[in-house]
Amino acid sequence: MSTVRIHDPVTDENDGVASPELDTAHGPILYLEDVTVSFDGFRALNVLSLYIDDGELRCIIGPNGAGKTTMMDVITGKTRPDAGTVFFGQTIDLLKLDEPSIAQAGIGRKFQKPSVFEQLTVFENLELAMHTDKRVWPTLFARLNSTQRDDIEIVMETIGLTAQRQERAGSLSHGQKQWLEIGMLLMQKPKLLLVDEPVAGMTHQETERTAELLLSLAGKHSVVVVEHDMEFVRSIARKVTVLHEGSVLTEGTMDEVQNHPRVIEVYLGD
Amino acid sequence: MGIGNLLARDRVGKTFLTLLALFAVVVSTLNLLVPEASAFHVSTFTVTVAGKYLCYALLALAVDLVWGYCGILSLGHGAFFALGGYAMGMYMMRQIGERGVYGNALLPDFMVFLNWKELPWYWLGFDHFWFASLMVLLVPGLLACLFGWLAFRSRVTGVYLSIITQALTYAFMLAFFRNEMGFGGNNGLTDFKDILGFNLQKDGTRVAIFLLSALFLGLGYITSRFVVESKMGRVVTAVRDAESRTRFIGYKVEHFKLWIFVFSAVLAGIAGALYVPQVGIINPSEFSPLNSLELVIWVAVGGRGTLYGAVLGAILVNYAKTIFTGILPEVWLFALGGLFVAVTLFMPDGLVGVARRLRLGGVR
Ligand SMILES: Nc1ncnc2c1ncn2[C@@H]1O[C@H](COP(=O)(O)OP(=O)(O)OP(=O)(O)O)[C@@H](O)[C@H]1O
Ligand SMILES: [Mg+2]
Repeated sequence: MSTVRIHDPVTDENDGVASPELDTAHGPILYLEDVTVSFDGFRALNVLSLYIDDGELRCIIGPNGAGKTTMMDVITGKTRPDAGTVFFGQTIDLLKLDEPSIAQAGIGRKFQKPSVFEQLTVFENLELAMHTDKRVWPTLFARLNSTQRDDIEIVMETIGLTAQRQERAGSLSHGQKQWLEIGMLLMQKPKLLLVDEPVAGMTHQETERTAELLLSLAGKHSVVVVEHDMEFVRSIARKVTVLHEGSVLTEGTMDEVQNHPRVIEVYLGD
Repeated sequence: MGIGNLLARDRVGKTFLTLLALFAVVVSTLNLLVPEASAFHVSTFTVTVAGKYLCYALLALAVDLVWGYCGILSLGHGAFFALGGYAMGMYMMRQIGERGVYGNALLPDFMVFLNWKELPWYWLGFDHFWFASLMVLLVPGLLACLFGWLAFRSRVTGVYLSIITQALTYAFMLAFFRNEMGFGGNNGLTDFKDILGFNLQKDGTRVAIFLLSALFLGLGYITSRFVVESKMGRVVTAVRDAESRTRFIGYKVEHFKLWIFVFSAVLAGIAGALYVPQVGIINPSEFSPLNSLELVIWVAVGGRGTLYGAVLGAILVNYAKTIFTGILPEVWLFALGGLFVAVTLFMPDGLVGVARRLRLGGVR
């Protein structure tokens, strides 16, 4: 496969779709402060505080059950925390918004378990994800214009699924579904991308392409990646956050984190 | 998107619409222009039965939109059909005027019988055809809007939603059974004389209503095809298959469900309004939960999520019902239940699914 062609969601932002005003003038794009989530008394997130800077690529690691997915659930509105605050930029209180509004505000998510629309084709999956007016009437009368078609073509090429455009997503391989979901994420033109275990089930080569893609997105976008594959994390990481039992254990570069005694203990111990 | 463009990709739909038009023309010609003595004459009774089937088909189309495409298994669509029917029935009641048994120009017979002195407020306006027609659309539409808004907003889905739709139609049945409701109670509305001044017993009127049923079925099909082929059609399919995922790409799922539910309820209301003048009566049994269950079986038999499958299923199952209830009336419900089980187990995609598989096999 050739090098990755990157869809540039930022420069072609002028598609006339209004979303709530995102204010990142004072640094971070995402604030989580003292967030607690409990399931029947068990604290999946325990007074978690985390800040993601605008344009940052952040990797989040941590043992199974550390609360990584739960954290993404809170940010995207799937789970309501028992306590804490979650802000997108300075002004958007995510705890006041429902899932679609959060998505429209500019937060895109790739799920841990690949979730695409199996009955729809690759093309249709990307079309649905596309950043546009998603209210009912505009959707009923929506026609793809040539710019939008081009956008879909570019993303299909980026994710290497051009040949499968008319195939039902349900018939794709696991790795291809992962890619399709990444493609859907790109189509949404989010400002913040939450990517949960993107390379699970991918071949070595596919993993490398994913790393390349995520790296190219950082800078213009903020990207939060959760991954267990340490080699992959090392290849993209600038700053790594280690979660453990629902709160931050430590933050730093990959080397710092890997040599941190508590981290070694958590990963090897128990 | 032009109609030609829309149907270009829907070969079966084009065939269906052509057959429908042909059927409508042939049946009405054979009724009106061929003398009764001729072997080719189609009796007015047959025309009316055919018209009834077309109304059922339109109703099935409505059910397929919400169930087949959006995954909302409504077991209460009979209620929207019945409400459309009642609205038209009320207009025809007012048309009777002083020709009722009691000769009261101001009140329908059943109100005179109940010793009522004046027309209840909710009957006002039904003297006018335009008003009644508006109510045919508005009443089912508003009910669907209110019900859907409450149910979808609180994210009631699956079996729970199905059960409350059953409860909805059941509640309507109980309410309409009551004389004090002012809809004729047990007996419902009947003894209609004419519609827009045309005698309902005349062949010409019967044929005209039959033709209108065909027209509305055709229009209903084309509009529904437009909806399911639009991007909205793909969104509701996405909702059907992965509701919460659809939210995370920015669609307000509740709004889409509500829209398609209301649209479907309006179609069902139109079907009911065309049905009542043909059968000559509307009573609370149309709200019976069993009726709504039957609709779902029609769609399942034909093949859901195809539109034409729903039409096919409605016509075939009702034809079978007509035959069956003529020969062995007590067995019909068992046959229907057996049919549903058989379809669920052996042909999950209905007759359309079977046909598709046969064609694929033939090609290979
Ligand atoms: N809906 C829920 N109900 C009850 N417990 C839950 C629920 N969701 C998550 N948990 C629990 O919360 C803890 C954190 O789960 P989470 O999925 O966030 O972990 P994770 O860090 O993503 O783990 P993994 O690496 O395995 O994906 C786990 O112990 C999990 O069992
Ligand atoms: Mg997880």
